[in-house]
Amino acid sequence: MANKFLIYVEQRDGNIKKSSFEALKKGSELAKLLNAKIEAVVIGNEIGNLEDIGGYGVNKVTHLKNAELTNYSVSAYSELFIKFAEEINADLILLANTLMGKDIAPALAVKLNCGLVVDCTELEVNNVNIIATKPVYAGKALTLVETNTPKSIFTLRPNVFTAGKSSAMKAEVIVQNIDTVNLSNNVTKVVKTEGKLDVSEADIIVSGGRGLKAAENFGMIEELAAQLGAATGASRAAVDAGWRPHSDQVGQTGKTVSPNLYIAVAISGAIQHLAGMQSSKFIVAINKDKDAPIFGVADYGIAGDAFEVIPALIEELKK
Amino acid sequence: MKIVVCVNHVPDTATRVNISTNQKTIDSNGVTYVVNPYDEFAIEEALKTKEAVGGEVVAISLGNETNKETLRKVLAMGVDSAVLLKTEEAMDSLSVAKALAQEIKIQNTELVFMGKQSVDYDNAIMGQYVAAILDFNIVAAATNFNLSGNKIIAEREIEGGKETIETSIPAVITAQKGLNEPRYASLKGIMAAKKKVIEEKEIIISGNFVNVIEMKKPPQKAAGKIVGVDASAVPELVRLLKEEAKVI
Ligand SMILES: Cc1cc2nc3c(=O)[nH]c(=O)nc-3n(C[C@H](O)[C@H](O)[C@H](O)COP(=O)(O)OP(=O)(O)OC[C@H]3O[C@@H](n4cnc5c(N)ncnc54)[C@H](O)[C@@H]3O)c2cc1C
Ligand SMILES: Nc1ncnc2c1ncn2[C@@H]1O[C@H](COP(=O)(O)O)[C@@H](O)[C@H]1O
Repeated sequence: MANKFLIYVEQRDGNIKKSSFEALKKGSELAKLLNAKIEAVVIGNEIGNLEDIGGYGVNKVTHLKNAELTNYSVSAYSELFIKFAEEINADLILLANTLMGKDIAPALAVKLNCGLVVDCTELEVNNVNIIATKPVYAGKALTLVETNTPKSIFTLRPNVFTAGKSSAMKAEVIVQNIDTVNLSNNVTKVVKTEGKLDVSEADIIVSGGRGLKAAENFGMIEELAAQLGAATGASRAAVDAGWRPHSDQVGQTGKTVSPNLYIAVAISGAIQHLAGMQSSKFIVAINKDKDAPIFGVADYGIAGDAFEVIPALIEELKK
Repeated sequence: MKIVVCVNHVPDTATRVNISTNQKTIDSNGVTYVVNPYDEFAIEEALKTKEAVGGEVVAISLGNETNKETLRKVLAMGVDSAVLLKTEEAMDSLSVAKALAQEIKIQNTELVFMGKQSVDYDNAIMGQYVAAILDFNIVAAATNFNLSGNKIIAEREIEGGKETIETSIPAVITAQKGLNEPRYASLKGIMAAKKKVIEEKEIIISGNFVNVIEMKKPPQKAAGKIVGVDASAVPELVRLLKEEAKVI
């Protein structure tokens, strides 16, 4: 049974990730049920609003700080995270299932020689054990999994757990200055895709497929996305055609997404595409073929021509 | 330089999943198995690196007798030799990682390529596990890789951007789509592969770190509604999104 929870808080550019708030909230709920202690750790240099973590039910956070930690480095961050988890003897550790979470959670699992379940979409307490729901085969099946070891680590799929703030409580922030940083793996450059929201982090996604016929026709997809504050996505056919970057690809060999709203435009709904998006809360399909498989998972559909429907939709939303 | 590439044998992504009667795994009846798609990028990068710096490429796969099909394909692409770590038992990721790491040590290599993710369990952590066990550097989900001497410069996509990483061997690199264009096996390669030996080693597992209690199908979505067949349906769609779904 877990007595000491540790939540890893991920920051990029000094901003705490929404997916970490989700982990804090879920962690504090579970800790309450199990009557366990809980605290958080964050690694970086200048980080904004750390005390806000209190509002998510965790009232102590340690900030491991050094100027050389401004950029993420897997060697530096893993080493510090492992050391901290061991120091406080954490036995249940939660992280967001982001690139960073997937880098450092396995390193900790090896050190603690413990069970790790990644990409969980639910964590439930059964008696004193935690049972995780972990999708497999790109969501075509679900597994219920438990760890076999005294300590356990879980990573949570972003956008699945709710991150609502439940109070105005302020957390106690303890800053620990770090002397030396292991930069055997050193990020020397970060290029941000300017003004572009990543599909894996968006609440709304508008995706386009091969039916759009040309790269320039994604202009209306971008316009619709801008109107909705959404990220743009794509099917593999659109990526393979060179119309969109691979970072936009949704599906089994792209990104798995669970936004509140997913709008699929001129996408047929091949099994590999459905795998990546069918856990979205609401799905809208726009496809001129009324028998397209995408309508099988859509909540609402328009069986019409995207070149008419999308401009009309943009106009309607402007009203 | 000796280069290792780890390859997994997985159901084709077009597979329609049925759960087997034990309710813990999928029913493999009628399922076509393939080389894990991301591992093709790993193999290509291993072969390209060998072509640039010399040496040999060894493929390792952990699984049962049927993994040999995948190893044959990999040998046909130009990999020099292959090792099958043979087990009939289901193993969790960390146990697999320990077995792979042990074999990598035996191979005495400093550079390991893997895929970013297996398309069966979608864990995307094997490279990170193996690197941590062996105390190697890790670049996960690389879209660019350069080796000069001991030094590695790699790139990867992160949420909302791209980062450039400098590190050195010994290292594990996991391959993301975009890293390269995997080659096809040539006829000559396929013929040559038939003569190459696949070394088999029985492995014994010491126990799993996680248990699968149950595997099940996700809840089925109720059929949605077709709001209309042209642009005239747009106002109704927007109303539904605002008032019924409350998502915009
Ligand atoms: C190993 C492997 C991995 C894969 N991984 C992925 C993945 O991660 N993601 C992914 O998406 N795919 C993946 N695929 C590819 C997948 O099988 C499909 O080929 C792909 O999803 C099809 O993309 P699409 O729906 O855009 O194109 P199509 O299937 O060609 O569909 C185009 C659709 O547009 C509609 N259309 C045409 N014109 C219009 C119009 N004017 N208005 C409205 N509708 C119109 C058509 O009716 C049609 O339904 C993978 C395949 C393999 C083999
Ligand atoms: N059983 C296995 N045998 C060999 N390599 C594997 C095996 N399982 C996973 N891998 C490697 O690890 C990568 C990531 O897998 P995973 O973490 O399982 O998603 C794969 O792309 C393979 O390169």
